[in-house]
Amino acid sequence: MTEVVLTPNTEIDIKIEADVIKPDEFAGKSKEEIEQLIVWQGPDKLPLKNFFDVEGKGGSSAEETSIVIKGDVARVKMIGAEMTAGKITIQGSTGLKVGAEMKGGEIVVEGDADSWAGTEMKGGLLHVKGNTVDHLGCAYRGSWKGMTGGRIVVDGNAQSQIGGGLTGGEIIVNGNAENFCGIRQSGGLIVIRGNAIRAIGAEMSGGTIVVEGHITNFTPGMQYEDEQYDLCFEDIECGGVFKKFTGDFAISKKPKGVLYAGKEANLEL
Amino acid sequence: MFKNIFCPVCGASCDDVQVELKDNSITVKNACKMGNAKFQEVVSEHRIRKPMVKKDGEFVEVSWEEALTKAAEILTASKKPMLFMGSETSCEAQEVGLHIGEYLGGTVDSNATICHGPTVMGIQEAGCAAATAGTKKNRSDVNIYWGNNPLESMPRHMSKYGIFPRGYWTKRGRFDRKVITVDPRRTPTADASDLHVQLNPNSDYELFNALLTILNGKEPHHSVEKVTGVPISIMEEMADMILDANFASFAVGLGVSSSYGKYRNIEMALNVVKELNNNHGTKASIGALRGHCNVAGFNMVASYLYGYPFGLDFTRGYPRYNPGETTCVDILREKDTDAAMVVGADLMAHTPANCASYLAEIPMVCIDIAPGPTPTAADVILPGVIDAMECDGTFYRLDNVSVYFKPFTTSPFDFTESNEDTLKQLFAKIKELKS
Ligand code: SF4
Repeated sequence: MTEVVLTPNTEIDIKIEADVIKPDEFAGKSKEEIEQLIVWQGPDKLPLKNFFDVEGKGGSSAEETSIVIKGDVARVKMIGAEMTAGKITIQGSTGLKVGAEMKGGEIVVEGDADSWAGTEMKGGLLHVKGNTVDHLGCAYRGSWKGMTGGRIVVDGNAQSQIGGGLTGGEIIVNGNAENFCGIRQSGGLIVIRGNAIRAIGAEMSGGTIVVEGHITNFTPGMQYEDEQYDLCFEDIECGGVFKKFTGDFAISKKPKGVLYAGKEANLEL
Repeated sequence: MFKNIFCPVCGASCDDVQVELKDNSITVKNACKMGNAKFQEVVSEHRIRKPMVKKDGEFVEVSWEEALTKAAEILTASKKPMLFMGSETSCEAQEVGLHIGEYLGGTVDSNATICHGPTVMGIQEAGCAAATAGTKKNRSDVNIYWGNNPLESMPRHMSKYGIFPRGYWTKRGRFDRKVITVDPRRTPTADASDLHVQLNPNSDYELFNALLTILNGKEPHHSVEKVTGVPISIMEEMADMILDANFASFAVGLGVSSSYGKYRNIEMALNVVKELNNNHGTKASIGALRGHCNVAGFNMVASYLYGYPFGLDFTRGYPRYNPGETTCVDILREKDTDAAMVVGADLMAHTPANCASYLAEIPMVCIDIAPGPTPTAADVILPGVIDAMECDGTFYRLDNVSVYFKPFTTSPFDFTESNEDTLKQLFAKIKELKS
C-alpha cells in the first residue's frame, strides 16, 4: 500500500467539507495533484493544501492507497464519505459524517468522531476508538433506510439514534448508548456492551439489538418471550443470560424485531 | 374604527380585531391581552425609529443609506453568513431573506428551529393527517391538548377555533366535545378538561408508544406505568375515549416537540393519528399550536421554494438541510459562522447562553421594531415595520392556511415601506458590492 500523509497546517475557523479525502480520489495522483483537490469552506472552493501539508502520493488504485491524517480534524466534515476501498487512519478526532455512505475499505479514528459517523453505510469497516455523538450508522433526515451493510465498532460511548433504520450490517458499541437506539430497525445487528437510557428498539420491525447493561426506560411495545444464554452472531459473542423480547408492537401487529436485555442488569423488566 | 384586522402575535392569527387609532393612542377590541400589547407598539415611545450603527461600542444614529451600506458590507465580507428570518414578519420578507441567503451561499433559518422544528421534522418522518381549524370546529368531538396550555399560550384558541364555538356537527359547542389534556403540570387548560393525564416530564414518547400498542391489541410492557407515571387503565380509558370519537383533534405543543425525544415524540403522535384513521374507523387529525404569528409561514415558503422547511444551507450552491448541523443554534454553538442577520425575532433571548454570547461577538445586522437583547447586541440596526398594522402581506396560520392581511396605518418611515422593502433594498446593495 502507498501512504499519503496529511498534516493539518492551520487553525480552521469555518468548518470545511472534505469528502475528497478518500483513497478513491487520491489514487493515481501525485503530491501536487492531491494538494489541488478542492474542499469547501462555506461557499468557497479552496485547495486542500490551504489546510493540510501533503506528503507522498496516491497508490495505483484505491485499494493500494492508505491515507494517514496526523492530528486533530474535528472541524473537517465528511472524511472518507462514499469511499469504496483502501484505508484512512485519523490520528485524532474528526468532524461530522466521517465515513458517510462508505461502501468498502477501512477507516480508523483514533480519537472521537462527531455525529453522523458511518451514516447510511453500505460496506467496509469504521472503527472509532474514542466516543461518538448521535446518529451513528443512522438514516439521513427523512430517510427510512439507514445502514445496509458493513461494520461499525466504537470502543467508547455513542449517544442517540444509533443505527436508525438499520437494514443490514453490524454496529458494536463497547461503552454506553442513550436514546432511540435501533429506531425503525428492520435488519442487521446492534450490540451495546454498556447501558442504554430510553426507547431502545422503538418502532423496530426486524433485526436484533443486544443491550448487555441496564436499560433505564424500557420501550412499552416490547413483549417478553423467554430467557436465552450466551448469544453468538457469527464472530460476535455476548456472554451471560438475556431476557428476550419481540417488538415493537406499537408499530406493527406482527413485528419481527428482537431485543435482548442482560438479565442481571435488568431484573425488574 | 378599522375592522377585520389581523393580530400578528401568536399562531392563531385572529382576523377579527377592531382598532381605533388616534394620535398617540390606540384602542383595540377582540384581541387577547397578548395581542393588545403588540398593537400598543404602534404608538409606543420605545419604538426604534432611526437607523443606527455601532461605533466604538456605542450606537450612533446614521442615515438610512449609511446603515444599509454597512449592513451589506458585513454580509458580503462574511465567509459564511447566517440569516435568521424571524416569524414576526411576512412571508414576502422571508422570501427575500431566503434569496439573499442563496445568493451569498450562507444559511437561512427561522423560529421553527427553536420551537416547532421537531414537529416539522416529525412530519417528514411519518406524514401528517391534518385539517384546517374550520374543519375541526365543525366536526371535532374529542380534542386532545398534548404538551400545551392554550388558555395561557394561545388565549383565543379554545374560544375561537377549538372548544367553545358551535360547529355544524357540534351544535352545542363545548357540550358536544370532550377535552383531554396531557401535561405534567396542572394548568388552567387541564382544569378545564374532562380528562387530565398527568404524565412524568419527558415520557411522552413512551405514552404514545403505549397507546399505539393498545390500539394494536397488546398490553404495553408493565414498566411503562413507572416510566410515565400513568396507570395502564388510564391509557386504556383515553384510547376508548378517542376510539369513540367521530372526529378527534390532536393539538400538540412544545411539551411534545421540545421535551426529550423531540421529533421522535411527534413522529409517534402522528403514527397514533395514522393508526386511528387507517384501522379503527375514527377520523383523526393533528396540528401544532404554533407560538409566533408567522412561524408556519417560513416553513411553507422555504419548503415550496427550496424543498426544506427550515435550517437551509446554501453553501454548496444548492439547498441542503440537516438539523443539528445546518440549524442556527448548532451553527452558533460550533462557531461555524462569522456574521449574522436577524430579522423580526429576539434570537439573543431565545438561544442557549453560549450561542447568544457568540452571536454577540460576531458582526450582526438586525431588523427590529423595539429595543431588546438582539438589537442591543447588533452592529447595525435597521428599524422594522410592523406587519399587519403598517404594511400588507401574507401569514400562514397555525393550521398552515395562508392569510392575506391589510394594514390600518402606514410605515412611520420615509425610507422603507415594509421589512420586505428593506430587505429588497439591502439585497440590491449586496449585489452592488459583490459585482
Ligand atoms: S390569540 Fe393570538 S392571534 Fe389571537 S388575539 Fe391573542 S395573541 Fe393575537
